[in-house]
Amino acid sequence: MDWHFIFSQALTQAIGPTMLIYAIAAIGLNVQFGYTGLLNFGQAAFAAMGAYGLALAVVAFGFPFWWGILIGLVAAVGMALLLGIPTLRLRADYLAIVTIAAAEIVRRLARATVWAEYTGGSDGMRGFSEPFFAMSPYNPDANWQFGFISMESGRLIVDFGIVDLQYSSRDLWIMTVGWILVAIILVLVGLLVHSPWGRVLKGIREDEEAVRSLGKNVFAYKMQALIIGGLIGAIAGFTFALSRANVQPDTFSTDFTFYFYVVLILGGAARLFGPILGAAIFWGLYNLLAQGLSQGIRAEVIPPGLLNSTQVGPLVFFLLGLGMVLLLIFRPQGILGDRRELMLDVR
Amino acid sequence: MSDSESTDNRAARRAAVAALGDIAPEPGVAKPDPILTANGIRRAFGGLVAVDVEHLEVQRGTITALIGPNGAGKTTFFNLLTGFDRPSRGAWSFDGRSARRKRSYQVARSGMVRTFQLTKALTRMSVIDNMLIGAANQLGERMWAGLIPGLWRRQEAANRERALALLERFNLLEKQHDFAGELSGGQRKLLEMARALMLEPRMVMLDEPMAGVNPALKQTLLEHIKNLREDGMTVFFVEHDMDMVHEIADWVVVMAAGQVITEGTPDQISADPRVIDAYLGAHHDGAAH
Repeated sequence: MDWHFIFSQALTQAIGPTMLIYAIAAIGLNVQFGYTGLLNFGQAAFAAMGAYGLALAVVAFGFPFWWGILIGLVAAVGMALLLGIPTLRLRADYLAIVTIAAAEIVRRLARATVWAEYTGGSDGMRGFSEPFFAMSPYNPDANWQFGFISMESGRLIVDFGIVDLQYSSRDLWIMTVGWILVAIILVLVGLLVHSPWGRVLKGIREDEEAVRSLGKNVFAYKMQALIIGGLIGAIAGFTFALSRANVQPDTFSTDFTFYFYVVLILGGAARLFGPILGAAIFWGLYNLLAQGLSQGIRAEVIPPGLLNSTQVGPLVFFLLGLGMVLLLIFRPQGILGDRRELMLDVR
Repeated sequence: MSDSESTDNRAARRAAVAALGDIAPEPGVAKPDPILTANGIRRAFGGLVAVDVEHLEVQRGTITALIGPNGAGKTTFFNLLTGFDRPSRGAWSFDGRSARRKRSYQVARSGMVRTFQLTKALTRMSVIDNMLIGAANQLGERMWAGLIPGLWRRQEAANRERALALLERFNLLEKQHDFAGELSGGQRKLLEMARALMLEPRMVMLDEPMAGVNPALKQTLLEHIKNLREDGMTVFFVEHDMDMVHEIADWVVVMAAGQVITEGTPDQISADPRVIDAYLGAHHDGAAH
């Protein structure tokens, strides 16, 4: 078995472009669910607003790239208002029901054949990411070496000996922008949640009637949290669309949202760095298991009758699900959470 | 409690008693200086009329109790006055301004703050955060300003100082860094009252402040309520415990079946046969409440 390859893959993906998508989307959920207690089960739809806003603007209507970004953000705000105005005055579970339904409506609309000439129907769209990669400072033909870091025809290799990290120049550009965005978002969210504004959000999470009785306009705060989380979700959508250089409606299914929740709960909800840690562990573990099992089959460490390579994918998700169940039993507060807080969760 | 404080307290009580001294004990009677005036407030849930209050005035600077048997509509009336529920019809004014169209948070901002029958401590937040969230007009509570700590740091420090002083007064100072959920039931009541004071209200509405509080703490809580009057606030509270009402209330309003059946000083109320009827049933054949 090629252990070097398995661990290298796991580490590469633990900080790679895919992980960034989940980390950013989960930061948005953290604002909504972690701090404010809003059960948004439609984060995939906010990501879709970003991804489709950008793709439609650039491909179907020929707008410049930055206009596409702006349109994606505006669409996310519009979606938050549309969902929030009727439901945020009601009990928390209504928002959950409405968001899950809205996310499905968005996906169905995107794959509808009626306007397939613009959206591409279930095939989706491509051809909007060139301006983004044109901005990349990384030369796809670069060749150099500096200590253990080297570039071989545009492919970055960081060789630590026992493991190495490898990224294509496109991945590298996505990661550069992605990690800068994560840093900026974390600083802004960090400032917000540690301000009196953030204190009101946490108060709403605990008991919105109490906060109302103290003269706070709870509805406005919930709306602000929904919008901010939605905007961050749209940024995750941009990252998603650009890293794949296409958008496809079925990738924005409800599973997408549930993985964001897994990432958030794994890392620890209402913890600033929870989503980052959760996403890193989730994708590291996913690749460790998937590559480990595939390698095990190839090296016949796992007997051929027991497991074949097409069964690896489902088995990995089964194992991750099992891990999630065990986490919730033994460490329900997530990795960064404070157990003391959860013990109090009785009203 | 120092001597000067209790003297103040007695003075406040004397003033309240003097103001209410000559008023006839009749439902809906006019007061010399009402802070709260309610007119024709009615709340029906389908066919059931929960509250139907013809007229009620609450005298400024007094402790007024709202009593009545279970299901009399006391809490519903409270919810209506504080904007937590909407009446089917009726109007009321607080401190000369109509409060009918106000939402709950606007009522609180206008100076009428309530507490809840089931204490609403923000359990997974520290005691000091529970206090700070109560302060009014915080610049840092606006989203854009929250991003710039320099804008609100000074106000926050002033609020913190006030919060610590209140925590000290309510014997919660050592608990300031604990989660509110770690406090005992009685301490949560104290915290809720202290938090309400962070808003610097003119009127405090307490919904069963003594419910679930052990006898030892009851006396402390009574003193705190008396101190509110001493500080110039008007207190309106719902209570079951007649002994407590007798001890601290200047005026008592009795509700039964959604209506104000009588009001008067505690002594007048204890002697009123209508009150006994309301509590025990008109035929005196029921058990005590």
